[in-house]
Amino acid sequence: MPDNTSPDGTKKPAGPPGAKKPAGPPGARKPTMPPGTKPPTGPSGGDGADGLTRKDFASDQDVRWCPGCGDYAILATVQRLMPELDVPKENIVFLSGIGCSGRFPYYMDTYGFHSIHGRAPAFATGLKSSRPELDVWVVTGDGDALSIGGNHLIHVLRRNVDLQILLFNNQIYGLTKGQYSPTSEQGKITKSTPYGSIDHPFNPVAVALGADASFVARTMDRDPKHLKATMKRAHDHRGAALVEIYQNCNIFNDGAFFDFTERATKAKAALFLEDGAPLTYDNGTRGVRLEGLQLKPIELTNGRWSVDDCLVYDETSQEMAQLVGRMYWQEDLPRPFGVIYREERATYDELLHTQIGGLVERRGTGDLATLFHDADTWDIS
Amino acid sequence: MPDATSSPPVETLTEATILFAGDSGDGMQLTGTQFTQAAAHARNDLATLPDYPAEIRAPAGTTYGVSAFQLRFGSGEIRTPGDEVDLLVAMNPAALKVHLHRVREGGALIVNANSFTERDLELAELEQNPLESGLLEGYQVFEVELTRLTQEALEHTDLSRTTVGRTKNMFALGLALWLYSRPLEPTQQWLQQKFADEPEIRDANLHVLSKGYHYGETTDAFVVRYDVAAADLAPGTYRSIRGAQAIALGLVAASKQSGLPLFYGSYPITPASDLLHELSRYKHFGVMTFQAEDEIAAAGAAVGASFGGALGVCATSGPGVALKTETIGLGVMTELPLVIIDMQRGGPSTGLPTKTEQSDLLQAVYGRNGEAPLPVLAASSPADCFDTIYEACRIATRYMTPVIFLADGYLGNGSEPWRIPDVADLPAFDVSFATTPTASNGQNDFLPYARDPDTLARPWAKPGTKGLEHRIGGLEKAHETGNVSYDPANHQRMVKLRAEKVQRVTDMMPPTPVYGDPDGALLVIGWGSTRGAIEAAVDRVRASDARVGHVHLRHVHPFPADLGPILRRFDKILVPELNNGQLIRLLRDQFTRSMTPLNKIQGQPFHAQEVEAALREALVSTPA
Ligand code: SF4
Repeated sequence: MPDNTSPDGTKKPAGPPGAKKPAGPPGARKPTMPPGTKPPTGPSGGDGADGLTRKDFASDQDVRWCPGCGDYAILATVQRLMPELDVPKENIVFLSGIGCSGRFPYYMDTYGFHSIHGRAPAFATGLKSSRPELDVWVVTGDGDALSIGGNHLIHVLRRNVDLQILLFNNQIYGLTKGQYSPTSEQGKITKSTPYGSIDHPFNPVAVALGADASFVARTMDRDPKHLKATMKRAHDHRGAALVEIYQNCNIFNDGAFFDFTERATKAKAALFLEDGAPLTYDNGTRGVRLEGLQLKPIELTNGRWSVDDCLVYDETSQEMAQLVGRMYWQEDLPRPFGVIYREERATYDELLHTQIGGLVERRGTGDLATLFHDADTWDIS
Repeated sequence: MPDATSSPPVETLTEATILFAGDSGDGMQLTGTQFTQAAAHARNDLATLPDYPAEIRAPAGTTYGVSAFQLRFGSGEIRTPGDEVDLLVAMNPAALKVHLHRVREGGALIVNANSFTERDLELAELEQNPLESGLLEGYQVFEVELTRLTQEALEHTDLSRTTVGRTKNMFALGLALWLYSRPLEPTQQWLQQKFADEPEIRDANLHVLSKGYHYGETTDAFVVRYDVAAADLAPGTYRSIRGAQAIALGLVAASKQSGLPLFYGSYPITPASDLLHELSRYKHFGVMTFQAEDEIAAAGAAVGASFGGALGVCATSGPGVALKTETIGLGVMTELPLVIIDMQRGGPSTGLPTKTEQSDLLQAVYGRNGEAPLPVLAASSPADCFDTIYEACRIATRYMTPVIFLADGYLGNGSEPWRIPDVADLPAFDVSFATTPTASNGQNDFLPYARDPDTLARPWAKPGTKGLEHRIGGLEKAHETGNVSYDPANHQRMVKLRAEKVQRVTDMMPPTPVYGDPDGALLVIGWGSTRGAIEAAVDRVRASDARVGHVHLRHVHPFPADLGPILRRFDKILVPELNNGQLIRLLRDQFTRSMTPLNKIQGQPFHAQEVEAALREALVSTPA
């Protein structure tokens, strides 16, 4: 299990030993956050109904991720989102596992629980089941959720416990200083794979769909608007909502997602899904068409195809979700972002309490003395 | 009850031990349970012990498919299911082969004479027919054609051969009830209810039951019939209770009395699954049962529920405790209440899943990474499971700590009469949650790790409480603020505080009762399910004028504060355990006294005579 000592131990990180310098991506802005400082308040820190702002959701703890880490942007966006939700602050709970993402709850001025590696969904299931009125958020990473915690992830999704799971995917183990993760691409050279990883990676979206998740989405740290909108939709959804967030680990896996996140390449590589809209990308110059059971990229500018030939997305279609969710490392197809699948289904916590409520109604609230005597009894005088 | 005037003379016994044994499909557990009800109705004190095979559907007729139910009942105090069997009811040769050695010399055997064909003998891997080989010499053997007699009794029905075959246990039960003059009515009532929707089956069973009873009267095979007078039990209303039921009721009682909703996380495992089955029936008490995806999730969900202000409980057996270890450690660090029930079984690894053992004690006390002390309690009889689990829940919430409750398969499956407590007499169970910020730092902040001066417990603040938003987790906590802290001095302080908090549980313990003599030559210290056997042995040895005392520990960690003074009042100390010596290690660690172990590691409980022999030996040995 990844240890807890670094890179946010007591020493301020200048980049762990042996880590290469954060190489700025072409055209990318320089990391803005020095260690130990709180990210600046962004312009979109909205006012909540009860007058709360993003500042009210920042705890007094120093944020200790590496400077330039994608986690800062996610934290800032979550803090910005909170006041916009119609939820009393005291009802919000963040639970996490182990890894760089695991520190997230410490930085939120809400109830928080930093649990153990991979198990946050289990803790969250117990909490949400017993306190359905709480707004429960699970923060996890690719190693936490998909390796050591894979079992809990699939079960929380299939049970459809009403909570949000923010999966920070950086395709690397950061906290333990750079081993390949279950989402790292095959052939990846890391500390533990000097000759290249031979593991076939998970596509988290496909895992979630396979586990019958009722809400599956993908977004990225470097597009705060999309990030916030996607998290908002996850929150609006009743049931287990998985949001995969491409998160740059600038220390151990810098630029892993730059194709999708940076201006020079984003338009060609990323397709932003919208319910009811045709699948187009590259500023509307390209689209995706369904040919038989295959998705094919089409050019919309050469007169051969038009936008009418593109598949019109229906985020409630399981079939489309399976096809689009599997657009993954296929050279000629873009990577889909946004809500990939959404389904209305009874939640676990709701079913549990409906069942209990029904039994109480039918049998009356249990009486202890009656329970004790509910057997063949005999009196001795 | 049928008129018994034509019966043979009745001999009155003070107690009797019966063992029903047959194939897994022969319904022996049910037969034993029904005889137990009859004995309870006749106001006997009693103890039972089921013994069923690990394989769910072992091949019929084989020795490893034998299922048995032992029951001891009497007019005096009954402490164990009995060392030696007075009557063995064997439904087939395999059952006879497996259990014959447990029958006392001169004891009685009722065997189904129809099940001793070549094929049956072959399945039981018997070369000779024991009914003919002379093997059974020295026993009173009653060969009864159970199969044929049952078929004849149901000749008038249209029931299938299989269905008819399934009722032959009722014939055996009827006969055994007649032989010991126990009433038929409890079984008749049970059958009426159980098969209310299947009148044909109900009537067939009722008919065969009474046929078995009458067979005893009409056959001249039995020259004597027995009676066992009612026991002198304390006044009150009684029921028979299995350990698993007692734990379930204790948990529901704890939830009701504290006002905390019960959240029970569990993953199926022998012999703890029974608890999940029991508790899942009590949803109208608001009980939330969660069958988790694995052992870790079962504990994790319980901790999550505790964080939310519920009574978080999980149950498992030794291998499951091993898997939950890290989660329990998190409970220690976050100082949340959590009750972990360990229904111990033979280990290590998968070990002997259906056999009893006390070998998880050291795992319970020490088995976590880092300095992670927690209170450990052990129940000593099926009925004691109720009081002990209730106490475990009280400690967990009062001291904000995980608590391990130890029982075992023998306690979980065994049953005894339980004097039903008056709800108003249950120990007070008050829990309070933090509702306002801790003022002590002058900043109106909430300090999640400020401590109660008496118990050292931290406040329990539920999410949903305005102004008390705080973060907890597995990283070391700074004193009072609960912030993450790597400060060396703080770590030492927190380790000491957590240990001291657990030690203070001794403040809640009543004076330790000493059974037998309060001082003298020999002190026996036991824990868990061995109580009955030890007390019976102590009685016997004291009857021959030795001064012997017995302490049976409910609190195995930390030890009661008065244990040291008690030890000093005795010359020698004997520690019987169903393991290779675990309590004795804990005792030796704390007390510089010479102690003698008595260890049985056979997956079986102690016989009182084994303990008695060890007591006598210890008494005559020269002090070390
Ligand atoms: S994810 Fe990478 S950059 Fe971010 S804190 Fe962890 S190691 Fe540092």
